[in-house]
Formats: sequence, structure tokens, C-alpha cells
Amino acid sequence: MQALYAQLLVGLINGSFYALLSLGLAVIFGMLNIINFAHGALYMMGAFTAYFLLHLTGLGYWWALIIAPIVVGIFGMILERTMLQWLAGLDHLYGLLLTFGIALIVQGVFQNYFGSSGLPYAIPDYPEIGGFRGLQGGMNLGFMFLPIYRGWVVIFSLVVCLATWFLIEKTQLGAYLRAATENPTLVRAFGINVPRMITLTYGLGVGLAALAGVLSAPINQVRPLMGADLIIVVFAVVVIGGMGSIMGSIITGFALGVIEGLTKYFYPEASNTVVFVLMVLVLLVKPTGLTGRAA
Amino acid sequence: MKHRISALFLGTALALAAGGAMAQDKTVKIGVLTDNSGLYSDLGGAGSTLAAQMAMEDSGLAAKGWKIDIISADHQNKPDIATTIARQWIDVEKVDIFMDVLNSGVALAVNNLVKEKNSIMINTGAATSDLTNAQCSPNTIHWVYDTYMLANSTGQALVKAGGDTWYFLTADYAFGHALERDTTAVVVKSGGKVIGGVKHPLNSSDFSSFLLQAQASKAKIIGMANAGGDTTNTIKQAAEFGIVAGGQKLAGLLLFITDVHSLGLKVAQGLNFTETFYWDLNDGTRAFSKRFSERMKNKAMPSMVQAGVYSGLVHYFKTIDAMGGNPHDGAKVVAKMKELPTDDALFGQGTIRADGRKIHPAYLFEVKKPAESKGPWDYYKLIGTTPGEQAFRPLSESACPLVKK
Repeated sequence: MQALYAQLLVGLINGSFYALLSLGLAVIFGMLNIINFAHGALYMMGAFTAYFLLHLTGLGYWWALIIAPIVVGIFGMILERTMLQWLAGLDHLYGLLLTFGIALIVQGVFQNYFGSSGLPYAIPDYPEIGGFRGLQGGMNLGFMFLPIYRGWVVIFSLVVCLATWFLIEKTQLGAYLRAATENPTLVRAFGINVPRMITLTYGLGVGLAALAGVLSAPINQVRPLMGADLIIVVFAVVVIGGMGSIMGSIITGFALGVIEGLTKYFYPEASNTVVFVLMVLVLLVKPTGLTGRAA
Repeated sequence: MKHRISALFLGTALALAAGGAMAQDKTVKIGVLTDNSGLYSDLGGAGSTLAAQMAMEDSGLAAKGWKIDIISADHQNKPDIATTIARQWIDVEKVDIFMDVLNSGVALAVNNLVKEKNSIMINTGAATSDLTNAQCSPNTIHWVYDTYMLANSTGQALVKAGGDTWYFLTADYAFGHALERDTTAVVVKSGGKVIGGVKHPLNSSDFSSFLLQAQASKAKIIGMANAGGDTTNTIKQAAEFGIVAGGQKLAGLLLFITDVHSLGLKVAQGLNFTETFYWDLNDGTRAFSKRFSERMKNKAMPSMVQAGVYSGLVHYFKTIDAMGGNPHDGAKVVAKMKELPTDDALFGQGTIRADGRKIHPAYLFEVKKPAESKGPWDYYKLIGTTPGEQAFRPLSESACPLVKK
């Protein structure tokens, strides 16, 4: 039984990454109607930015949490301005192919310079509060040894996810955004700069991916292909949750992390496939996803 | 008209002469089939192709009139893609010899094809000891290491040091299964016990669930029967979950210098594992590695897989040169290679057994503490050497049909 609690918690930790990434995808799909296949590559760029900040400028983890999403977000906005905006109104396939191509190029460039094994990035050891050195070490919960860093990941990503949901669903800005998706011409008639808003939205989605990248840098190796391995699962999460649904993607992200964790315990060989089995089942029963609306 | 006839005659005579020279054919085509883009590309990949290039340049065969071509392809760690490429290489490109072929699943698939088509494979990258056991072939030489040797060297040393209960984290494909099987045999034989294990899918990024299960098992040794990114992520996350601090020991059953480099000494220090090549072993290895690293884009030192490509080709070139030409007959060349003793700067003197197993010493290393390291790539302390005759599976235990008993 104790082992089961531990697996549930570990699943929640992985779920945090799924939630952050699928949230970014959902925001981008919901507002821009683009299936952003470059998401994994942008996640990887977030982790690499953290690495560069530490090794080139000496700025540690806490700075990276702020700077990396901004830097990668700006990169994303440049992508949107120079390439993606021309695809507005075209079939989904064009956006998918373009972003997939961008992902391959970005990953190829990083692999060319940094190889495939990856680079080390340590868990931050500052500031020192009480007996703790930054986020290093862990605590014994009775049923498991919980690394403090993992606990931090769950709480932090939950806060970020809810904040994003609040921003889009509950604020004035979010209302403009949603209106702009429904009827861009009308919103423009009210004097709102819709293209700029769309660029910022893409930047926000990309920033979330980069943030997840920074969060994962101390846990996984910082590798050029770290996003490519993850993005397929995250897409399945989005499909299960319902394309474009903000809350749906957050909840599904966490839930699937837990289900995957349980699979790792009961039948580890299937842990990489269980998400896809679920995806097939959901698509058979409810093709719009669990929380999706019919298009 | 007269001129034209004589020209025609001359042409025919030349063609005939060229036909006669076919027996002394001095062309060779080498195919480096490896992972050029995935998780094993640092330990094989472009470095393997560079090692082949260097072996060709150092052989001096060009000066003796040989024409050598090297081509390379990415098998993406997929046996089906690998066999498609291999088939095309043999049938269309007329490749004489396959080098590297890392990934055990890929290696076993290509092994069958190479035998069927009477080509040659010098495998320097795959781990499975089946290549020279039940699946042995007159066309294949297994050069660098195998699961039996790794298990034998690392497993025995750890059990002797008191690690008598084991839990396995195993990559769920041919290589992981072979490594777990061979290590289990050694552990049991040395008086230890295996109390459990978990099989994880290849290329996993999160190992925390598996590590928790290993932690709960209370085994003294957690044996990692995986490789590349899977191993480095396991080690990194084990540190995070306080596994080593809690008194359990990690055994890297297959670790490469590129893995240690990417982990950093802070995380990797104290790990024990076995390799058959390290750049800083002696003057010969240092000289080669320096030349190699200068030509690598990321200035990396050679892995044992890449060093094996060089060493294997040195022996291959020596053999075909001694034969006076390339007979394009895989089994014949391999038989000759087994007759000649091997000798090169990287692996020293050795032999190739009847089952295709290349014999050389195995070295047990420990990763240095950060304070002990003098700089990048200065990572290993040598703590034990197993002589070649004892390092690999004895022929008396072999299931290979090529071994006469």
C-alpha cells in the first residue's frame, strides 16, 4: 500500500510536466488554431537556455525560471510573426507540417553542436533556508523519500497552470482573446489589435513550454531530443483532454501522469503505451475528447 | 578504318587484362551502420565514421594501390530500417564489411543478413553475447565487449565486495534481457541472490517509479541493465531520490565515457563498471585519442565502440593486404582474420576465436571524485584487470555450432 502512495505521488510529478506542456498546446490551438509540433523543441530550448545562463553568465536556476520563458517566448513570437501568421485560415495540416519542420531543424542544430548525451544541470543549492540548501535533498514522508525538488515542481506547475487558466477565462484580456478567436473581424472593429494579441498568445504558450523545460533540466539530462520523446505523449494528453480546452488539458495532464505512474507499478512494460491506449478508447467513445466541445 | 579496328582490338585486350586483374581486386567498400541521430549517437555515430576514416589513413593501403570507400548510414535503432539499409548496401552499393552496428536488436537482425549474403560484420557496438554464442556466424566478429564479459567483470567484483542481493532495472529489449540474464548467472554463481527487477521501455525519461520499487526492494545492488540516455537518467534520478545515500549501490553494467562526461563527476563519482578501452590507458591509446579528439566536432575522446571500429579495421586491412586482394568472400576473409593474431595500439595484442569473439583484457574502472580529476575527460581510475582468456565466455560453455568440441 505504501508503495502505491509513492507511485501516485510520482505520477503527479510527471503529470505536472504533461499539464504545463499540454496547457501551452491547448492555449495555442484554442487561440491560433495551430497544432504546434515545435512545442517539444521549444521545451528543449527552455532547458538549454537555463544551461547557457548558468554556464555563460553565472545566472542560476531562479533567474532561469524567469529569463528562459521570456527568451524562448520571444523566439516563438518571431516564429509567429515571420512564418506562422501566413498560415492563418489555412488547413491545420499546414501549421502542423511547418511546426514539425521547425522542430526537426531546431533539434538538428542543437544535436550538431551538443551531441545526444546531453549536458549536466544541478538542482539549485540556494537560498539556504533553515536546514535546507535550496531545493536539494529530500524529506521522508513515511511511505517514500520525496526529493524536495519534485515537490516544488508539483506545486509550482499547479500554480502556473491555474494562473494561466485564470488569465484566459476570468480576466478582461482573456475575454478579448476568446472573442478574437470567435470573431476576429468584429473584435478588430472595436479597435483591438488582434494580430498583436495572437502573437502574444503564441509567445505565452511557448513560454510555458520553456518553463517546463527549465523545471525538468535538473531532473532529466539537458538533451537535444528531450522534447521529441515527450511531445508525442503530450499530444495524446491534449487529444484525450479535448483540443483547445484549458481546464481539460490541465486536469488530463495530471490525471494521465497518475495513470502512467500506476502502470509503471503494475505492468511497467506497458508504461510507454498506456497513454495511447487511453487515447484510442477516448476517441472511440467521445471523439472530441473528454472536455472538448463539438467543432 | 584500320585505325579503328586496331583501337577496338586494343580496347578488347585492355578489357581482358582488366578481367585478369579481377582476382587481384584492390577495392574495398566499408559501411559504418550506426545510430547517427538518436540516444547512442555520441558513443557511436559520427565518431565511428571518423575512426574508420583514421584506420584507412593509417593503414597505408592507398599507397599500395588499394581504393577504399567509406559510407555511413543512420539505422535509427530500428532493426527493420537497419536490414533495409544493409540489404541495399550489399546488393547495390557492394559494401564488403559492416562496422559498428550498435544496438543488440539491430545487430542480431543484420547478423542474419550478413551471413545469408556472405558479407562481413565486425560488430563493435552491440552488447548481446548471443552474437558469438547461439547466433554465432562465420561472417561475424564481435570486437569490443559483450554482456557476458560485462556481467562477469562488474558482477563478480561487486558480489565479492559484499553486494550479494541484486535488483535489476532492465531496458526492455534484446540487449537488456541478455545483460540481465548474463549478470544473474554470474551473481548466482558468485553466491549472491537476485531479489527482483523491473523492465522499462527503451528511451524512458522518468525512472522515479522504477527507482522507488528498487529502493523498496532493499537490495544492496541496483543493477542497471540499460545504456545511453536511459542509464544517465537513472543515475541522475537515483541521486535525487537518495538511493546511494541510503546505502544501496548502483551498478552500471554498461557505461561509456560519453555517459560519464554528460553526467559530470559530481553525480557519477564512485560508480564501478567495465570497459575494454579507455583513452588514458597507455601511450598508444593516448596518442590515438588525442588525434581523434582533435578531429571531433565536440572534441570528445573516443568511446570503446569508436576505438573498436579503428582496431577492427586495422586488422581487416592487414588481413586483406596479406591476402593480396579483396576476394569479396566474407566467410573466407573472416576465416583468415581468425588465423592472424591481432595487434594494435588501442587494444594491444589479441586473438579472434572460432566463435567470432575477439579476445583482449577487460578493465574494471571507478569514476574519480571531482577533486581527483585533472580536467575534462580525466574520469577513470583503473581498479582491476581481467586477462582476455578469463574475461569472456569460455569456449567450453559455448553453444556456437562453429566451435568444435
